[in-house]
Amino acid sequence: MGKNMLKRIDLIFKNEHDCDIILEKIFKRTNEELINDLIGSGLKGRGGAGFPTGLKWKLTSEAKGEAKYVICNADEGEPGTFKDREILTQVPHKVLTGMAACGRIIGAKKGFIYLRAEYNYLKPSLQKEIDTFHETLKKLKSDFRIEIFSGSGAYICGEESALMESMEGHRGEPRNKPPFPTDAGYLGQPTVVNNVETLAHCWTIFKHGPKKFRDLGVQDSRGSKLFSISGDTPTPGIYELELGMSLQDFVDDFGDGDSKAVQVGGAAGFCVPRKKFRETAIGYQGKLTGISLPTGGSMMIFNSSRSMYNVLKNYLEFFEEESCGQCTPCRVGCQQLLRGIEAVKRGDKPHYYLTKLLRLTETMKMTAKCGLGQSVANSFSSIVENFREEMIY
Amino acid sequence: MTDIQELVGGLVKKFGHKRENLLPVLQGIIEKERSLSDFAMVEVAKQMGISAADVYGTATFYSFMDTEPRGRYVIRVCKTITCFMKGKNQILLALEDSLKVKLGETTPDRRFTLLETNCLGWCHKAPAMLINDEIFTELTIEKVHEIIGEYKNK
Repeated sequence: MGKNMLKRIDLIFKNEHDCDIILEKIFKRTNEELINDLIGSGLKGRGGAGFPTGLKWKLTSEAKGEAKYVICNADEGEPGTFKDREILTQVPHKVLTGMAACGRIIGAKKGFIYLRAEYNYLKPSLQKEIDTFHETLKKLKSDFRIEIFSGSGAYICGEESALMESMEGHRGEPRNKPPFPTDAGYLGQPTVVNNVETLAHCWTIFKHGPKKFRDLGVQDSRGSKLFSISGDTPTPGIYELELGMSLQDFVDDFGDGDSKAVQVGGAAGFCVPRKKFRETAIGYQGKLTGISLPTGGSMMIFNSSRSMYNVLKNYLEFFEEESCGQCTPCRVGCQQLLRGIEAVKRGDKPHYYLTKLLRLTETMKMTAKCGLGQSVANSFSSIVENFREEMIY
Repeated sequence: MTDIQELVGGLVKKFGHKRENLLPVLQGIIEKERSLSDFAMVEVAKQMGISAADVYGTATFYSFMDTEPRGRYVIRVCKTITCFMKGKNQILLALEDSLKVKLGETTPDRRFTLLETNCLGWCHKAPAMLINDEIFTELTIEKVHEIIGEYKNK
């Protein structure tokens, strides 16, 4: 710590409040200019999947529909993630401005914030902020309006098609893709679904220009990103850092000197053991050397006092409960993985049964309907392969 | 008309009859009643023109839409990894001790229900719990007894 400190960035939480000036500036420019700025900035979705934001808005603006919608995905449920809550607490006006900009570009009159039930306490202050924002919009003669839609406790609703099912009054079960929301989203109409942080970054890009954002980060991973840091660290919290950092530098900065593994991207992400800290970089897949891991911002650090068996078991219990149950690979797979590692630990199954379970995760990766079932393989294989002895003894 | 019928009527009037208003209507009932009774769900079905099975199927998908009777204060202790690492089991024991119920149970006076839940988004201030919509973080055993003491006097 100290000499190896990573550079702290201060863009998202920067104290800027001039919604009216920025909106006026946005409304005066052409859609093409705005989209070019977004694409030029290199901004990719900050929920974890990393779809280029400018392209998403462009596709939706070109799609045909009776109405169009902007949805801010505030169903932040990935274990270890808590940055969106902080954005909505400290700088909600930046998110609202991002939504209004998107609405103007794609031609939507209505925006929703899908807020998870676990964050219900944010509703009163957020509603007040929306009311003030609507006044600003009225002055600028914009008829874009934003509503809060509450979730009811379902991790899977962070998946965009499950989120829209939920908004339509159904069980939050993911849809088949295609069609993608850019063509057929909420109520079958073209819809942009963006993560809270993604929308907040739009503020920076439209206020300060795409260069300021693009100058941060490396290669295909541009800009800064909020990281939710927890676990065995003396300094847990939310930090804005540049993309592209090596995991070794991260651990030198935030670890407690005894870090044995970092879970990058939450339960759906990858567990990186100490011996791979140096070769692992945090960013989107691209031209980074070595392994590059994307993340929605969840960084959980484990020190040598932790049993990785307990960690994996906790994840599997999580997935078993949160699987929507719609497709068999995920519904049954999650149950069998959990039972499987318990049986190996008890000694009811031989150690090579783990290999069979690894094959099951491969099947889930190929056949599960949505990201939930597909990504169970990430944490499972990275923990079982790197901490095999802890699974058995 | 019973109280529930009136409540449902008011909510349907406020949000509308369309299917996309189902969640807000059910959430409105939860806010008042803390859980969804069979009677309430059938009433929603009647008033919104949806089948009762559809209402039940949708409600039971969501972990915050309880169909079992619940106490006035529903306590949800986070059990996901960081809270687990930072001692959520001790917090749970302290709650069981203070409320004299086991996990999943409701106190006989119907004031408290003790549940676990998945990640609450306070991993940097673990362990955490919700009581209805109020959040409590960096819990200790002493803090738990203090909080429950205050709620008992509410």
